[in-house]
Amino acid sequence: MRTMAIIKRVLTQMIRDKRTLALMFLAPLLIMTLMYFLFQSNTTQVASLGTHNVDQQVLKNIRTRHVKVEKYATAAPAKTMIKRHDLDGYLTQKGSTLTVTYANSNPTNTSLIKAALQSGLVKLKMKSLVAVTKTQKRALTRQQAALAKVTQQRVQEKTARLKTAIAQAKASGDTATVTRLQQRLRQVTQPATPAKAQQPTKYTTTADYVYGDNNATFFENFLPVFLGFFVFFFVFLISGISLLNERTTGTLSRLLATPIRRGEIICGYLVGYGIFAVIQTVITVLFSTLVFHIQLVGSIWLVFLINLLLALVALTLGIFISTFANSEFQMIQFIPLIVVPQIFFAGLIPVAGMAPWLQVVAHVMPLYYGANALTDVMTKGASLSEISINLLILVGFMVALTILNIVGMKRYRKV
Amino acid sequence: MSQNYVEARQVSKRFGQHQVLNQIDLTLPAGMIYGLIGPSGAGKTTLIKNILGMEAVDGGTVQVMGVTMPNRPVMAKIGYMAQSDALYETLTGRENLTFFGQLMSVPKAKLQQMIAYTARLVNLTTQLDQRVSGYSGGMKRRLSLAIALIQDPPLLVLDEPTVGIDPELRQQIWAELNKLKATGKSMLVTTHVMDEAERCDYLMLIRHGVALAQGTPTELKRRYQVETIEQVFLKAGRLQDANNGNY
Repeated sequence: MRTMAIIKRVLTQMIRDKRTLALMFLAPLLIMTLMYFLFQSNTTQVASLGTHNVDQQVLKNIRTRHVKVEKYATAAPAKTMIKRHDLDGYLTQKGSTLTVTYANSNPTNTSLIKAALQSGLVKLKMKSLVAVTKTQKRALTRQQAALAKVTQQRVQEKTARLKTAIAQAKASGDTATVTRLQQRLRQVTQPATPAKAQQPTKYTTTADYVYGDNNATFFENFLPVFLGFFVFFFVFLISGISLLNERTTGTLSRLLATPIRRGEIICGYLVGYGIFAVIQTVITVLFSTLVFHIQLVGSIWLVFLINLLLALVALTLGIFISTFANSEFQMIQFIPLIVVPQIFFAGLIPVAGMAPWLQVVAHVMPLYYGANALTDVMTKGASLSEISINLLILVGFMVALTILNIVGMKRYRKV
Repeated sequence: MSQNYVEARQVSKRFGQHQVLNQIDLTLPAGMIYGLIGPSGAGKTTLIKNILGMEAVDGGTVQVMGVTMPNRPVMAKIGYMAQSDALYETLTGRENLTFFGQLMSVPKAKLQQMIAYTARLVNLTTQLDQRVSGYSGGMKRRLSLAIALIQDPPLLVLDEPTVGIDPELRQQIWAELNKLKATGKSMLVTTHVMDEAERCDYLMLIRHGVALAQGTPTELKRRYQVETIEQVFLKAGRLQDANNGNY
């Protein structure tokens, strides 16, 4: 009854606050749309490589659609050239040595040039190998032809000899010898099958994908992470600030002058804001599947469940953190401290590849568990049992924070 | 009910080194308006919070309705009006009343009656469905008073109830408080306004956390041989300072 009153009040307050509603429901859609177009179009990154005095053959092989080669007639130190022409790299040749200098202001462009150089040089080596092999092949073919001629001559001589022997044997009436010789003749005249040169196996590839297809983009990878992040961020902010307001306007203290239990207040908040978190999730998930046609491999209900748990953790965390803030501005100050670091550990950067101590940090971030579970469900179709550990850890976070909040409220009322 | 509504014995409270309340005794029987007067920072609000159980006493005991505080269920029997208006601005007056009524577990049918009654009492009936953000300071004060009355409690604790309320309405409110008193309710009221102190049945003068004097307004005036409560207060304060100087 008292919890219901709190829930009803939270809902009414939220519905009256149109701007906050818009922030919660429309802002994620706006950000998602932006992300969709930013990550969807396969823009080709092009690095510019300046060259001086480099062999034409080399340049031809280095040039790809990712590397634009510019030839410069005048020579200058690499650093100067890079600065003057705003290049990503500068290549010079002295004899058979190629010297490359990278601007390295953009690591992606540096690696593009590196890759192009490497593959260009491999291609060059291959071509010279091919040329050598071709000349050898021609020589071999000539020798084979000569050999074949000699063999044929010898066969003809043998045949002639055998034929005369057969004629003589027939004349003498030795039938046994005739059959034996005829057999020999057949053997000799059988055309020798020339040894075939072994052809190299030509490899072709066909690709199959376990998750998604070859159209999978960054957007699809990032989407589950961002779905979790939106819920976490907005619920954290809104619940934290609203409890802060209760505290600063004195309504919290007034609430506690009624026989309400501290747990009933927290519970009312959890349910009230939990409802908005679920609505937000439904809107964002439907938007991404219906408008952007993101394929959802797993169950949509699991997505809702994970987001609800994430929201509850964010809610209890927001309420907890709000006790350390004395104004809305101070609450905002916790965003770079509490919320932003979580996004780094949510799966945008693979956690398994991080330094060991960073992996430890990742494991105390609620968003790490939530986003991982979301990614597993949305892109790999994980089942409830497969993500159950992540869910249990989220529940653990929630329970621990709820207890802290209930105990912490003792500051305002002693029972 | 023969027992006292509030019975505070030797209540002491300190925040760090600062002694906010020093061995205060307070007895509030049924059907009485008890006034707490004193300058701001004297410890009036702290005393009230100790009585409500929001703060725990460091020394002494507080009993409300015979139950030692802090005690959560007893809070339902206390109508509390805080010094600052703790209202939900985005909700209407009626929604605020309903919300606090539900927290006090007032049955639905009775809640409707009580909302109508309290709104009439504080003269807010016509503005009840407006949002509180549009209320004037006086209207908010009146709504806070209505909220304190919503569960029809036997004991009212009113912290500065008439600040920002115009004289005419103040008269009405006092008339209503007297009517409530006649039904056996008791009120603990803090005030700055000395003519309000005259309306109380019993007074406690509190200064620097010490109860300087207690008694009915007439008694106090006779004891200090002055005409008004204001003069009682000034005289008692000077005596306190003089005594402290002697230590």
